[in-house]
Order: sequence, then C-alpha cells, then structure tokens
Amino acid sequence: MALDSLKTDGFKQIGTRPDRPDGVDKVTGRARFGADMTAPGMLWGVIVRSPHAHAKIVKIDTSAAEAMEGVKAVVTRADFSTKVQPAPGMRGEMWNVLENVMAGEKALYDGHAVAAIAATSQLAARDAAKAIKVEYEVLPHVTDVDKAMAEGAPVIREGTAEKSVPEGMHPNVVRYHESGHGDPEAGFAEADLVIEETFQTEATHQGYIEPHACLGTLGGDGKGELWCCTQGHWNVQKVCAALLDLETSQLRVTASEIGGGFGGKTAVFIEPVALALSRKANKPVKIVMNRADVFRATGPTASTSMDVKIGMKKDGTMTAATGVFRCQGGAFPGAPMEFTSMCAFAPYNLAHVKQIGYDVMTNRPKQAAYRAPGSPMAAFAVESVVDQLCNQLGLDPIDTRLKNASREGTQASFGPKWDRIGLVETLEAAKAHPHYATPLKEGQGRGVSCGFWFNHGGETAVSLALSEDGTAQLAVGTPDIGGSRASMAMMAAEELGIPYENVRCTVVDTASLGYNEISHGSRVTYASGLATIKAARDAVKKLCARAAAKWGIDEDAVKWEDGCAVPSGPNAGEHEPMPLAKITAKMGATGGPIVGHFEATPEGAGVSFATHIVDSEVDKETGKTTITRYTVVQDAGKAIHPTYVEGQYQGGAAQGIGWALNEEYIYGEDGRLQNAGFLDYRIPVASDLPMIDTVIVEVPNPGHPYGVRGVGETSICPPLAAIANAVSNASGVRLKQLPMSPPRILKALGTHD
Amino acid sequence: MSKVHVTTSINGDPVEFLCDPRETVLDVLRDRLGLTGAKEGCGTGDCGACSVTVDGRLVCSCLMLGAEAEGKEIGTVEGIATEEALHPLQKKFIEYAALQCGVCTPGILVAAKNLLEREPDPTEEQVRYWLAGNLCRCTGYDKIIRAVMDTAAEMREAS
Repeated sequence: MALDSLKTDGFKQIGTRPDRPDGVDKVTGRARFGADMTAPGMLWGVIVRSPHAHAKIVKIDTSAAEAMEGVKAVVTRADFSTKVQPAPGMRGEMWNVLENVMAGEKALYDGHAVAAIAATSQLAARDAAKAIKVEYEVLPHVTDVDKAMAEGAPVIREGTAEKSVPEGMHPNVVRYHESGHGDPEAGFAEADLVIEETFQTEATHQGYIEPHACLGTLGGDGKGELWCCTQGHWNVQKVCAALLDLETSQLRVTASEIGGGFGGKTAVFIEPVALALSRKANKPVKIVMNRADVFRATGPTASTSMDVKIGMKKDGTMTAATGVFRCQGGAFPGAPMEFTSMCAFAPYNLAHVKQIGYDVMTNRPKQAAYRAPGSPMAAFAVESVVDQLCNQLGLDPIDTRLKNASREGTQASFGPKWDRIGLVETLEAAKAHPHYATPLKEGQGRGVSCGFWFNHGGETAVSLALSEDGTAQLAVGTPDIGGSRASMAMMAAEELGIPYENVRCTVVDTASLGYNEISHGSRVTYASGLATIKAARDAVKKLCARAAAKWGIDEDAVKWEDGCAVPSGPNAGEHEPMPLAKITAKMGATGGPIVGHFEATPEGAGVSFATHIVDSEVDKETGKTTITRYTVVQDAGKAIHPTYVEGQYQGGAAQGIGWALNEEYIYGEDGRLQNAGFLDYRIPVASDLPMIDTVIVEVPNPGHPYGVRGVGETSICPPLAAIANAVSNASGVRLKQLPMSPPRILKALGTHD
Repeated sequence: MSKVHVTTSINGDPVEFLCDPRETVLDVLRDRLGLTGAKEGCGTGDCGACSVTVDGRLVCSCLMLGAEAEGKEIGTVEGIATEEALHPLQKKFIEYAALQCGVCTPGILVAAKNLLEREPDPTEEQVRYWLAGNLCRCTGYDKIIRAVMDTAAEMREAS
C-alpha cells in the first residue's frame, strides 16, 4: 500500500475513547469465561500428571478408578490419533503437541499429562484420579539450558535435531539459527572499547489469572462442539481434529471471554483431552486446570543463556556486535531462539553484526509464546552491554542510541532494509520527556532501554452484515484480548459513517467465518482492523450500488459521505443524500441482505520500537528493588483507542518489572517445579508498582489503511534491561542474571554470603 | 458422603443449598448456584479473583467452606449493581479502562467497594495496599488505582 493512500487525519471515531462493548458484562460478573459454561448432563474431567521430570511409563492401571462410583470414562495416549507422526524440529509440531497433551512412552517433565478421567462431579473425578496407578521407571533428567548442551547430559529425544544443527553438538540441541552481515572481527578492531558479557534469564510464566478451561462434547459420529478460553479457536479446531482423527469442519469451536493469555493461550493443552473423554463417555466433559497445573504443565517462556559482544568508538559509534543465544523451551523443539537472535540488535544500524541461536531441549514443560517471544531476553543482554559502554565512555545513553539508531532505509541486523519505522521518534520523545530531565534523589538510579518486535499479519476473515434499522453486525474471528472489539467497531463506524454505538462487534465461532489465525503477534488491531475496514468498504460499495439503482445512474457516479450515498461527478444528476438506514430499510426488496466481507493474509504489519525510562531504588539491607518512576514511549503507528493503547503499554511494562525483579521458575535437584503457585511465583501486586506514564508516538505504518502498528508485545521488550541499568546505576552492581531478586542483589553487593 | 444443608443469604436474597463438606463457598456459588461472577484464579487465596464479602468482611471464597456460610450474609459481584444502575465503581472501571481481560475485575470491584465503605477518602498508598491481594496481570494497576481514587472523590462529593 502506498503511503499516499494512508488516511492519518480527519477522523470522526479513530482516536476517541468510547466505552468497550463488553464493559458492562465484565463489571457485573455476567461475562462468560472458559470455566463459566455448563451443559446438561455434563461430566467433570481431571488430568493425572507425572510427578517425575523424566521417566519411562511402564504401566497405567486404571481398573480401580474405573470401578469407582460416578466414573464414566478414562483415557490414555491409546485414545488419541496414531496417524500423527514425529519428525525433526518444527516439522513434527503436531506430534509434539500430541505428545505434550498426553504422554506416550515417557513422561518428559514434572506435570506431564499421563491419563485423564471423567466423572459426575469434580470431587468424584479428583478422587478417582488418585486411584489411577502409574508405574514409572525414573530416568536421569536435566532442566538447565547450559547443562542440557553439555557432554553427558541425559538425551530428551534422539533424532529431534534438524540438519542445520552443527555437527558434534549434543542431541538436545535441536535447531540452529545464524544471521547477520559484514565482518564483526574487522568491526571490533575499529572499536575503542569492546565489552563482552554473559547473561542468563529464567523462564517466566504468562501468569494470566484465568486457568485454562474448556467444555467439549464429541459423539461417535465424529461431530463435536467445544467451548474454551483460547487466543485462537480455529487453531484449537485444527489441532483437536488432528489429534482425534476428526474432520476439521465437524468440530465447531467457540471462544469464551478470555481471562488473559499473553501468548500462553495460543497453545492447546486440555481441549483434546476433554473431547476424548466425551467421545468415550458420550456426554459433555468440562475440564478446568488448577493453578499448580497451569504453572507445571502450560508453557512458560524460554530460559536463556546469552553471550553478547559489542564494540564502540569514543564518540559512541557502534562498530560491530555479535551474540550467541541459547534458549531452552522444555522437552520439545520450539524455543524462540530465532526471534531472540533477530531482535537482539534490531534497534541498531550496524555495519558488522552476527547472531547465532540454539534451540535446546530439557525436562521442562513445552514453552509457549509469551508477549514478544524471545525478544525481551535479547534486549536484556544487548541493552545492558550498551549501557556499560555508555558508562565507561562517559556518553549519554539516549544520544548514543540515537547516533546508532535503525532508520528507514538502513539494513536490519537480520537482513532486510527497514521500511518506515519510529525508533528515532521514540528516543527523541524519551529525551524530551520531563522524566529524563528530573534530578534523581539520593540512592536512586535511572535506566534506559530500547526494544523491538516484528508484529504480524496472518490469515484473517471478517464479515459485516447490515441490519434493516441501519445498524451493523461485525463478525471477527480473533479473540478479544485487549479491547479489540471496541477498536474494530470504531473502524467500522468510521468507514460506514454511523455512530460507534450502532456497531456490534462479536468474536464468532469457527462455523461462522473462514480461518482466522490466532490473536498473537500483536496482529489483531492491525490485521482484523484492516479486514474490518475492507469489509466495511465492501458493504459501502454495495450500499452505493443500491442507491445508484434507485437513482438510475451508474454505480461509479455514487460516492459515500458521512453515512450517506451521494451523487458524484458531472453526470450523476441531483439527488438528495441517501442515508445508510434508508437503504437498509428497503434492502430485502432491492436485492437482499447487504453484507461486506474480506479475507486475506495481510503482510504489511509494521514493526514496532519502544524506549523506556525507569528510576529505581535498591535497599542495600534487604536487597529489595523499588521502581519509583516508569515511562513508556512507544510507536503505535496510529492509536485507534488511545486509552487501550496506554493499557497495553502499562501492562507490558508491569510484566517486565515482574520478570526483571521477582518471577522465575525454580526447579529442585529432583527436577520438580518448586514454586507452582502465585504465593511463591510472585507477579507484581498493586503495592509493588508506581503509576506507569505513557507516551504514544505515531509514525504511520504504510501497510494499514490508517497506519496502525500492533502495540501489544513491544512494551515487554525494554523493561528487563531498563531496570537492570537503573539497578546498576542505583546500587553500583550490575546483575547479569534475572530475576534481580533480593538474594541475588545481596550476593552481588557482597554484603551477605 | 452425605451432604450438608446450609441456609444463608446471598446479595440480600435467602438461599438454601446442599453441599459436600469439602466444597468451598466458591464451588457452591459457581457450580451449585450459577453465580459465576466470582472466579477461581488459584484456589489458594493468593489471587483474590474469588473475593466476596461475608458479613461485610472481605474474604477469598476459595478459602471458606460452603458449610461455613450457614447463617451468614454473603455479597458477590452480582450484587454490586442495583436494578436501576451500575455502582459508581463499575462505571468508572469501564470509563478508565481499569479492566482489560476482566477476569480479576469481579474480585477487585468487591474489594474496592469494601474499601470505600470503610474509608471514603483513601490515599493512593491505601488503595494499593488494600488491593494488593487482588492480582491483575493485564493493566499494571495504574488505571485501576485511578478509577478507585476518582470514584471515591465523586462519591464524597455526592454524599
């Protein structure tokens, strides 16, 4: 799309802040989330999970459980597809999902599903689950990324490695990435200062408050229905069909309201199990995960071990950069090491750059996407080194980043030339923000970091049906994870020229639209938004045709203005503007229902950059870090609903604060997760945080009719490094391992053993 | 196992139910009485999504047995709005975008309303500490705190 076709001003709806359509339901308790649905005759399902990190499943004895009162069905791996086959790397992903949903020969991590049971009540199902006897042969395990790559480490699954993995590496290294350009060694030779450091980040969980829940029914005829909380119900449909040998179209999936996802609900865990139980019991089955199982068995993000080396001249010019990123994503391929690698140096215009990524398997749960998967860890390592370089060379951190910033036309560290991007604008806005000029109090430190995320388009279908009374029903297929129904309704209202309140946007089921990719990659406001605009324009074209027919003139001689068809051009003649409601009132007699639709895979998702400023205080007695001030500056392209954009900025920053300071998966020597609950896996609470200031920068994305860029994910990229830099500035010690929990801070300060 | 017969009051209405002695108030509300406004986020009293009031006191309903509701007055999110109108907190939460996914919202509204009944003029710090038992993963709390503070100011003016 050419820039000149962009509409960036003169809006009536875009940029306003109307109430969200699901607001009243959500403040009154009426909104129906995953666990809020019931069905007549419904059973409750419970999943039996491995207590071992790595074990051969010798025998599963279900006889005692099956004999118990109220028990209606038991399933194991034998009740799932035998057609789905393993293959190296991500080519075997459907088999990986099957293996994760229900273990085959081996339990691969603490919490791995090995059997499931359905009974007439949740208590009966829980009691019966305890009566299922599983005989294990415990195997050696490994949960650390570096140890899993080392010689002699237990092999998770032989034959999983892709051919691209360099020879001689441990079989747990299953995928390899390499990209870059120039000659880094020559670049380092030009530098006045070269710093090389090693960093580690622990796995963190998306921490959505709503555990996974579903209600499924599947008959012996292969026809089924499923209700679940998911970020993508077409994907659930596809995966369940494959895992249960069903025809995709025979399974109708409805997405419930979703109580947070952040990437973690892009994956399928319990839905095929509920359907398998239902098929066996011939009754609907509901499964609701408990919190411990959410931590043990749904995907956290990858943990990492990273080496970053950057060279800089005295004037702040970066001469070269290299990075090696080792990511473990649990007992399956898929750790987002290519994203970690590609995002690492994306903010910088480098003549010489190289990044290498390793995907490593361990005995941990299968990692799932978490908000800009892979990028925050890379930013932590790279932006920490940039901060060290600035400190040692006496340079301003924002000026130095501006000096080296990626701009339109420069070559990205991972290959392509940048289109129109807004990094410089975020840096300039950060520099001009009062926060940056405010003097620090005694004991405080300030940190700055940039962050980058690609954003995504993806398969999208939208339909917009007009009602007789002139209102519009907008059907979208991307679950609303941040107020997107409001944004969609605003875009439709803008195009149709009718009030926002006259558009009802619904996330419809899989039977009602073509395939819609998951709500991920910050794609919804971009891709479903683009499709909404195009579907509305399709409806407008049809409205104009009805007016043209009524007036007896060419369709080309009618245009759409302020919600009315109006004659246009010299031969159109004189006609009163015909409002939308007047056309729809007669549509039954003038050609039938008027529906606009759009289906495509939009590929113009504009990338997004952010710059964060954070002030912190470190208590040298307790090691506790307090965030005293936080400012997010991010490019939104065009903010459709600015309040909801701010919400994405604030939410990402808060999750980043948790990741930086407290959150981590802690495994014992026995390979068991030791903190599978919100008491010990501590996400930020209200009293931990300050207000989070936001600045919305708008550098239009040429790939969207209004210039929209996705905003959901980039906000979690800068916090880890920005806080590490602030902590270093405040305390005088630099933490190279996350989280910067009080024990680690105290150890670094050397005040405690 | 034989069930327990319980007579209680929920949002001002008399209610009787039978429950297993192991069931929590949250189980009873959601699975026996169809009051699914209170959510189970953890089942261990750590997240506050199941917050209700019991005789005016803020309680995690996942930590109280159904049998213990005998003779008590229970308040849930479903009882916050009147027949005529939303409570000022509910209006402000929508206006401020103090909710994103909305799953923590019922618990936060029950807790915030309980705070304003005790302290009509709370400081930001008081609001933050009162709500520290209610986890929200979406918002970073900024808009929630602002919505509660502004509601308090508006309710003080109106009274």
